[in-house]
Amino acid sequence: MAASSTTPSALPSTSAADAVARLTAKADEEAGAGAASVTAEAEAEAYERTHVHGVYEAIAPHFSATRYKPWPAVASFLRAQPRGAIGLDVGCGNGKYLGVNPDVFMVGSDRSPSLIALARSRCKQLQFQQGLAAGAGTGGDVGGAAVGTDVLVADGLSLPFRERAADFVICVAVIHHMSTRARRQDAIRQLLRCVQPGEAGRNGGRVLVYVWALEQATSRRGWDKGGEQDLLVPWVLKSQQKQRREQKGIRDHGAVGDTPGSKSGDRPPSPAATSAEPGAGPSQTDPVFQRYYHLYREGELEEDVLAAGGVVVSSGYEKDNWWVVAANGPVHP
Amino acid sequence: MKVLTLNFLTCAVKTCKSSANSFPLHPKDAELVSDDVELNPQLLVNLLPRIDWNALRITSTELGFPQLPEQPPTAEELQSDEKMLKDLHTLLMETQINEGKLVCGNCGHEYAVREGIANFLLPSHLV
Repeated sequence: MAASSTTPSALPSTSAADAVARLTAKADEEAGAGAASVTAEAEAEAYERTHVHGVYEAIAPHFSATRYKPWPAVASFLRAQPRGAIGLDVGCGNGKYLGVNPDVFMVGSDRSPSLIALARSRCKQLQFQQGLAAGAGTGGDVGGAAVGTDVLVADGLSLPFRERAADFVICVAVIHHMSTRARRQDAIRQLLRCVQPGEAGRNGGRVLVYVWALEQATSRRGWDKGGEQDLLVPWVLKSQQKQRREQKGIRDHGAVGDTPGSKSGDRPPSPAATSAEPGAGPSQTDPVFQRYYHLYREGELEEDVLAAGGVVVSSGYEKDNWWVVAANGPVHP
Repeated sequence: MKVLTLNFLTCAVKTCKSSANSFPLHPKDAELVSDDVELNPQLLVNLLPRIDWNALRITSTELGFPQLPEQPPTAEELQSDEKMLKDLHTLLMETQINEGKLVCGNCGHEYAVREGIANFLLPSHLV
């Protein structure tokens, strides 16, 4: 772990905000957190506050408007869960995976209060729509239209879920925002703690994790094997008028939000992505936010699962992302 | 926040996780609302083994609902008892804490619930 862990001072930095973040961390240190590891942790937290949490708060509505279609592989993982299963979506963003399977109960959590507010509106709307569908059905058999979803605000490294509460957990495009390897492994450890462990003769719960890959051979960004893994990726916040035109353009061209191919953990609008759409390119007045990413190299996600005390059930690569299904305890065929 | 969700939550403070007092969290000054949710009997029956019944009894009493029986119903009992199904559905799926606080019985920290959303972000000294 130590060999490849990054300290915030080695992380990419572009703005004065980092200086503020470091000063905050320094103040924390002077306030009595003497040990070096505590200082490093405080620095990592401050860095993520600036380059992850603050960014998502600022871009929440725009981000959410570009995230409305579930990735097929995640949706099929959810649909494979049995009726009555309890699921968690850690880092659920606008909650697009909540309600994919109406026969399970899912709780979504996210660090961003703005995204959770959007997720809650979305869930209420879904509940209303399914209620209407249920009312229009015949004989009351509407295929289990009760929508079991709930949302809350929580940090992925201080989750409020009781141990073993869940049958499954998904964590999509979240862990790559943690700025040290120790924090990424700790995040996975916390996910594993939430599911039922496997025992002799009985399988436990499953944890599905997706992270952005370093190996993106077809990426217009030119990221690939051997490249820099810790990056700041710009998000251009469009004015509302342009945003509407851009969304229309995206829909018209059939390349929606997060679908593999156009997706990416989070491919933000960028000059290269949007210049083909009239009026969609960034202008000098569009604010640009820099989000921190750790791009995972091949095999690294599995290593992190093992370091977190988990078992790798299956793993693979899908359109610019590495994914893993992990378990807590023994796995039976 | 649904009452069912509360059954899966504990204090976010790491040192509280090992304490039995941190679960369930205790509602304080709770303003309840009720949403109409379509009853899904099979979902409820299947959920039953996932519920910590003792914790649910405590929560139910604290929120002013009638006391639940000491033992949870079996799947068969629940399936054949329409009233119990409806009551549990109302309590678990329809009842929500809209405003108020959730208090940890171990450290005493209070988590705010506003507009139906509980916030578990911790002040830096508790992380």
